[in-house]
Amino acid sequence: MKEPSTQPLVGFFVTCLADLYRPEVAFASIKLLELAGCRVEVPSQQTCCGQPAFNSGDNKNAAALAKQTIAAFADYEYVVGPSGSCIGMLHHYPELFEERDPWKQRALDLKARAFEITSFLVDVRDFTQIQSRFQGQVTYHDSCSGLRELKIKQQPRQLLAQIPGLTLTEMEDAETCCGFGGTFCVKYPDISNRMVSNKAESVHQTGAELLLGGDLGCLLNMAGKLSREGRRVAVRHVVEILADEFAQPALGQAADASLAYPA
Amino acid sequence: MQIRSPEFKQNARIALTDVGLQKALGNVKTGFPDKRAKAVARMPEFDALRDQARDLKNHILQHLDLYLEIFEANVIKQGGQVHWCRTAEDARQTILRLCQEAGAKTVTKGKSMVSEEINLNAHLEAHGIQPVETDLGEYILQLRGDHPSHIIAPAIHLNLEDVSETFHQHHHKPKSMDAAVLMQEARETLREKFVVADVGITGANFLVAETGSTLIVTNEGNGDLTQTLPKTHIVVSSIEKVVPTLEDMSLFLRLLARSATGQEFTVYNTLSSGTKRLGDQDGPEAFHVVLVDNGRSDMLGGELQEMLRCIRCAACMNHCPVYGAIGGHAYGWVYPGPMGSVLTPQMIGIEQAALLPNASTFCGKCEEVCPVRIPLPKLMRHWRKNEFERHLTPQAARWGLGIWAFFAKRPSLYRLLSRISNLSLRSLAGKKQRIEKLPFGQAWTQMRDMPAPSGKTFMQQWQARNKTGHNS
Ligand code: SF4
Repeated sequence: MKEPSTQPLVGFFVTCLADLYRPEVAFASIKLLELAGCRVEVPSQQTCCGQPAFNSGDNKNAAALAKQTIAAFADYEYVVGPSGSCIGMLHHYPELFEERDPWKQRALDLKARAFEITSFLVDVRDFTQIQSRFQGQVTYHDSCSGLRELKIKQQPRQLLAQIPGLTLTEMEDAETCCGFGGTFCVKYPDISNRMVSNKAESVHQTGAELLLGGDLGCLLNMAGKLSREGRRVAVRHVVEILADEFAQPALGQAADASLAYPA
Repeated sequence: MQIRSPEFKQNARIALTDVGLQKALGNVKTGFPDKRAKAVARMPEFDALRDQARDLKNHILQHLDLYLEIFEANVIKQGGQVHWCRTAEDARQTILRLCQEAGAKTVTKGKSMVSEEINLNAHLEAHGIQPVETDLGEYILQLRGDHPSHIIAPAIHLNLEDVSETFHQHHHKPKSMDAAVLMQEARETLREKFVVADVGITGANFLVAETGSTLIVTNEGNGDLTQTLPKTHIVVSSIEKVVPTLEDMSLFLRLLARSATGQEFTVYNTLSSGTKRLGDQDGPEAFHVVLVDNGRSDMLGGELQEMLRCIRCAACMNHCPVYGAIGGHAYGWVYPGPMGSVLTPQMIGIEQAALLPNASTFCGKCEEVCPVRIPLPKLMRHWRKNEFERHLTPQAARWGLGIWAFFAKRPSLYRLLSRISNLSLRSLAGKKQRIEKLPFGQAWTQMRDMPAPSGKTFMQQWQARNKTGHNS
């Protein structure tokens, strides 16, 4: 195996949701990667990781998207993205190909290079230079795929602990699913609603003013529920705080604060 | 048992608004996961044991025929008989015949999910034989004409008030809200039944090949009376319960109790080895083991084989947020929760059980706690794949997926689609930055707001930056 380079070339995997909903998450991630000494490029041939197809049992389309992603990121030392769920999907790619298919090896190779952003910063780059002016009390939701497929638990906490003004109050059941689950939340809206209501309550109980997490799907779900319930908790992706990029309003919040919550 | 799995969504909706059920479900977490966590924390080698158990089960499944034949030979040596039943119908008929041969009018029953699976009680009743459930939970359910909603705590969906009311009606005694009093009432009633029963039917947690023994674990001791008092003891068990030796059994027992209830060991672990011998104080004169296949051997050699490692500890449902929200009845058949979402399609057909493997966020908690490391999400995905290939996935979902995939496979068109979606979402949201009613996303916005995109798509912004010379 090659020696890891000191200034590795990272292919940034944007993820559909960061692209569509929250470009700040992608910009903040890229900023962090550069602070951690990486050169970053955004391959233009990337789209979606293919998870909606894979989880719906449509392996044909999932494999087609896997090939597209593998090809788009073939030339990078690492592939990094701001989502445990999407990077977790990249780790599933080898399951989509038969043993003798040459794509199997390429999928395994991609898997070895693919990292979620906080785990990359901590586990690969040993990054300890977080500089953030954030002040306040936050709580953290562990998204399921990151937690269980990629073993991401301490990494974001280790990075947040480097911010002097930040206190982290853990919520009860931080590891319990928020009920998003991709298409689950629209296929089984009643069950999903119960799960996200429980989550909103746990978040509220901490008294934190800000909820952080590493996956935009879950964050959109929780932000939507918190605002529907009129709870005054803002929601952001963890990289926004880590990169000191939190001037923009939080998820679903209006720039004009008077519009932020139902009267 | 009537199959209600096709109405899963409706069942779930009703369950979510059932006040009594929701109250009862509130006991699950403190009753099981918290206790399991403590038990696991006390045992540093727990994960190593799980690996051993997984490997041992894999070995057994690889040689299932061999171990079952050794088991049968040893049952015969101990004076018993083994009956091989390919289908649920075979098993029902066999047990009925054995009961009739014993001239049975009433049979006592220990807790057995396999007997639920083969719908035994209704079959016996239809032929004039009265089965009496002796496990407290099952007894309550039988009085109520109800079915288990959980594989180890069958009446978990009920509250004390429900039990009190049921006993008052059936025992004709003053109503009590004291659990100890109710327990005593049940004991007294059941004692009479134990004495008159002609046949005792129990399930089995394990079948031990080297000794031809069957084992049940209970916390009430009801199983012991069920199997020692009547002249005939029938054990009904599925084929994957066999283990090679007593020592192997003890490995599983250590995992089972901790995973199920957080106990170090279940209170009663009762081995049955054949018929009463000379000098034995008690024991049956006839000992039968009814081995049920019911679709299991079809799972061997395929992706679903891993499901046959299951030791029925219920940890997967105890920790499942979906089960925790709706309870077991919503799943519409015998086995609820994640293990049921894998097993039920195999047993009643994927057409009827289509919704079950989809009713998971794939959060992975079940796999995390499963003592024999069954990859439950992967096995649910197996069924989703099967549904997709056989066009059982709802047509609208297929079309949606098809259109999405068409764009996703064409990066420049996909950019265009993202830009259009981004723009429409932003204009729908306006200055509020959130959408309270999404035209095609009612399922989302009925329950929660949809936050709006914060600006143009990342790809648009990235391109613009790089064009203006900012190469970050
Ligand atoms: S699948 Fe695993 S966790 Fe669930 S009941 Fe079976 S052994 Fe227990």
